[in-house]
Amino acid sequence: MGGDYWLIANQRAELKLNSNTVTMSLTNTEKTIIVSIWAKIATHVDSIGVEALERLFASYPQTKTYFPHFDLHPDSAQLRSHGSKVANAIGDAVKNIDNIEKALAKLSELHAYILRVDPVNFKLLSHSFLVTIAAHYPAEFTAEAHAAWDKFLSIVSSVLTEKYR
Amino acid sequence: MVHFTAEEKSSITSTWGKVNVEETGGEALGRLLVVYPWTQRFFDSFGNLSSASAILGNPKVKAHGKKVLTSLGDAVKNLDNLKGTFSKLSELHCDKLHVDPENFRLLGNVLIVVLAIHFGKEFTPEIQAAWQKLVAGVATALAHKYH
Repeated sequence: MGGDYWLIANQRAELKLNSNTVTMSLTNTEKTIIVSIWAKIATHVDSIGVEALERLFASYPQTKTYFPHFDLHPDSAQLRSHGSKVANAIGDAVKNIDNIEKALAKLSELHAYILRVDPVNFKLLSHSFLVTIAAHYPAEFTAEAHAAWDKFLSIVSSVLTEKYR
Repeated sequence: MVHFTAEEKSSITSTWGKVNVEETGGEALGRLLVVYPWTQRFFDSFGNLSSASAILGNPKVKAHGKKVLTSLGDAVKNLDNLKGTFSKLSELHCDKLHVDPENFRLLGNVLIVVLAIHFGKEFTPEIQAAWQKLVAGVATALAHKYH
């Protein structure tokens, strides 16, 4: 096991040529998987976003503390609008998968200086998205797709919390 | 201590009734090893873990996954006493297996994704929430005897 580890680490180091940060980077295989699943999601982005938020609020009620100004009943206009916003931002990251930092730069500043959502919550929302995608696309959400999406959302989360301090 | 409402207990037991413990256990453990490869550190003796398909097809992974998920069945039958139910296993995971409890949380979440794949829309946000509570309770119970 030890020998294999170093071989894989060297391969990954070569893939990080253009990265200036210390985030993990996606392989070409992972990017292909992410883009292809997104193509299916893109046909109903808004409802995926809303469902992810519903799952987040149901499983992790403490996340509602960031939305005291919202009507969080299922199918509320605010929930639909926010779900759409969040899902479309993820879509932007997918469309700019080779430079997520650039695509989400403004959102990164928003989260750091205005929203200041505690970093732990990005894992919770990421998990909620994974569950939503899994429920809608069981055949496509193979173990490799699961790994690719978990990694991708982890990278998105890192970008969004990059400027926190 | 985690407390389950009657509705949550009913959600959990009715989902559990439809779970194929053998397949789901292998799937969940396999995915843990694929999605979070560092978890392979505990399974040097399992043989070929070199790719996703190798992992998911590995008979030792399947057997161990079944063992782990069967144990979760004990949790489902003892929702009011998770700490007591997992007391011995907690000692084992600390003293003999030396497993960081963070791994229990990772496995719990992977299991939830597998349930979502199997049950689709039927795995509603409310049912998921009950299961999140269960896996969190089990993770805490398994960590309870650590020292």
